[in-house]
Amino acid sequence: MKFAANIDVMPKQEISDPQGQAVERTLPGLGFDSVREVRIGKRIEIVLEAADQAAAEAMAVAMCDKMLANPVIEDYELEVIEVENAG
Amino acid sequence: MTPTIGVVVFPGSNCDRDADYSFDYLGADTRFIWHLETDLEGLDAVVLPGGFSYGDYLRTGAMAAYSPVMQSVKDFAADGKLVIGICNGFQILCEAGLLPGALRRNRGLRFRCLPVRIRVENTESPFTSNSMWPGQVLTIPIAHFDGNYYCTDEDLEELLADRRIAFRYCDVHGEPADEANPNGSVWNIAGILNEGRNVLGMMPHPERAVDPVVGGTDGRLILSSMLTSLVGSETE
Repeated sequence: MKFAANIDVMPKQEISDPQGQAVERTLPGLGFDSVREVRIGKRIEIVLEAADQAAAEAMAVAMCDKMLANPVIEDYELEVIEVENAG
Repeated sequence: MTPTIGVVVFPGSNCDRDADYSFDYLGADTRFIWHLETDLEGLDAVVLPGGFSYGDYLRTGAMAAYSPVMQSVKDFAADGKLVIGICNGFQILCEAGLLPGALRRNRGLRFRCLPVRIRVENTESPFTSNSMWPGQVLTIPIAHFDGNYYCTDEDLEELLADRRIAFRYCDVHGEPADEANPNGSVWNIAGILNEGRNVLGMMPHPERAVDPVVGGTDGRLILSSMLTSLVGSETE
């Protein structure tokens, strides 16, 4: 079965996010005065084969823990959904 | 005995030649180790040089940490042999779990390329024992975008208690002032040691401060400390 793993990696809440801060300071200059907070992370989309939903999720978590996120400075959230086989 | 220093070359390393030149300049034998190689036989120390391994994709050092050579480097370090990671090499050591913490994007989002002052915090390591004293101020260049060292409070306490902070960014008086911190690093940390004190990671580039033709020579103290300790351990 084919699955899509969509992973959001974000800087941990307690860790400063210089990119988010820079954008946060810039947006009011464009007229968006009500912006209060900006945080910037990254999204990773992976298509994978697995026997079932549980196996696909376990694989996605393992990939995040091993390489895709750095647990010292980042948190991640993921969703795994079955995708229809093309054709 | 002439020590042999291995300089690892990742795709995207760009300070490998400088590291090779510097150790050669100081009288050591050197050998380049392509990142797909796993044989470190005959080496007395390994350098993970600066640069942009794997284009800094995903996170700095994240991909290089899983290069085939890195398992050998871990074994090499576990044997108590010397490993120095400079700039990108420091990032790789953290990503590989050989040193605690992580290097974040610089405070202010600036690539910083300039000579900085660092204070020698610990002279009880093979990297800092030769002709150095605690509190000594060295001038060594930095050139990085992601040198903003971070670790948890618990890790910092451990590093302090264990005296594993090798260098801190400081001002001309040797004070670790915030204005002297070029990247926002926790505790002005510029370099740290592992528990065994045989692995050093540092953001400043000692190999760029060896030949007086291209700047200062304070970097010699660190690299020659390594060579002295290697020759010393051989004669014991």
